[in-house]
Amino acid sequence: MASIPSRPIDAATLGAGPVARDPMRPEPWRIVRVVNETRDTFTLTLEREGPDARAPFSFRPGQFNMLWSFGVGEVPISMSGPPGETRHIVHTMRAVGPVTRSFQTLRRGDVVGVRGPFGTAWPVDLAEGHDVVLVAGGIGLAPLRPAIYHVLQHRHRYGRVVVLFGARTPDDLLFGRELEAWRGRLDVDLDVTVDRAPPEWFGHVGVVTTLVPRAPFDASKAVAFVCGPEIMMHFAATDLEHRGVAAERVWISMERNMKCAVALCGHCQFGPTFVCKDGPVLRWDRMKPLLAVREL
Amino acid sequence: MTLEPILAEVEFFRGMKQEHLALVAGCAQNVRYDRGEFAGRVGDPADKFWVVREGRMALELHTPNRGAITIATMTEGDVVGFSWLLPPYQLRFDVHVLQPTRALMFDGACLRGKCVADPSLGLDLYQRVTRIIAERLEAMSLQLLDVYGEHPIETD
Repeated sequence: MASIPSRPIDAATLGAGPVARDPMRPEPWRIVRVVNETRDTFTLTLEREGPDARAPFSFRPGQFNMLWSFGVGEVPISMSGPPGETRHIVHTMRAVGPVTRSFQTLRRGDVVGVRGPFGTAWPVDLAEGHDVVLVAGGIGLAPLRPAIYHVLQHRHRYGRVVVLFGARTPDDLLFGRELEAWRGRLDVDLDVTVDRAPPEWFGHVGVVTTLVPRAPFDASKAVAFVCGPEIMMHFAATDLEHRGVAAERVWISMERNMKCAVALCGHCQFGPTFVCKDGPVLRWDRMKPLLAVREL
Repeated sequence: MTLEPILAEVEFFRGMKQEHLALVAGCAQNVRYDRGEFAGRVGDPADKFWVVREGRMALELHTPNRGAITIATMTEGDVVGFSWLLPPYQLRFDVHVLQPTRALMFDGACLRGKCVADPSLGLDLYQRVTRIIAERLEAMSLQLLDVYGEHPIETD
């Protein structure tokens, strides 16, 4: 990251959405809350520090920040909290590499660097008037959660709301309390499945794609948001198409090697797409041909 | 009362010719299981299969050191059991009832006989079953990939 020049870039270069004045300069945010979601996944709530401490922060569901662990490195992490919350930002991440593992060691009061928000958002406006199907696999529920919050806040604008969530085991299910709350609502259809389960689990066992054929939505007027490991999104989007959802109404959230987050460095280039700027939320019909190319 | 109207509403039989439905219905009966029951055990003669109408059943394997392992769960509309199609006609999994379940149970030997007697029924039924087997294989492949596991390439 040190080789990337720190210079102002105009907003038009960065795509839609509000951005920091200098998108290459991390701003200090203090951790005010740490929640261990599972063995390896945790949620940090951050509050802005420094002279801009009172400046509101806004983002759209699906966008991400670059989070800097000082002395270790920087990673792109989607927001997982409510989109209307301007004082705090919430990030849920899984400890899989040196940077995310270092975040896992941080505690309340520690300071991290934040750049953002960046990237495209789930098209929650476009989905108005339609059934909304949200398919999440594993940590993929985190980037979808702001979209779920938005849809539930404006529930009357949407048709049926279906949340399908798959995880590895029951111990890997994220946001347990919210899953229970959503399951208890009469205006949300939530179905959860796990790939493996101990005998005491009485829920579904099987991959999340097996929930698609039976889910209660009208495919002819549904919009789908899919987030999870790439192979899972591929199968889920394909099954949504088989169910009758048009490919141009299915959206996925891509993850690539995002470094600068402003489409300058080219690390995240995926065919003609810069995932950091044109994505991470992208239309399935445009991504499907690219995902079939092994060399990409 | 004939089960034909009920069969016609089941996704697995959707679009099946009326005369075929009538033949299949002749091998079907309604059954009910309580939670905790086993509808079948590994090694039992596979002389039946089920279509779940309500409830939940699990396909399980029991291993000496790990206990029962759930391979997949089956709910409304799912077909449970394919061993009735092929020799030696023995169940390969335990069929464990996780929730009170109502199901259509089919006599496999009866259906096999009707498929031999009426190859057009046999072709139709085997095509339907093959599609389900392909879907299950695909799902099992995804399970084997362990897509949510920690993989060496996932670093930051």
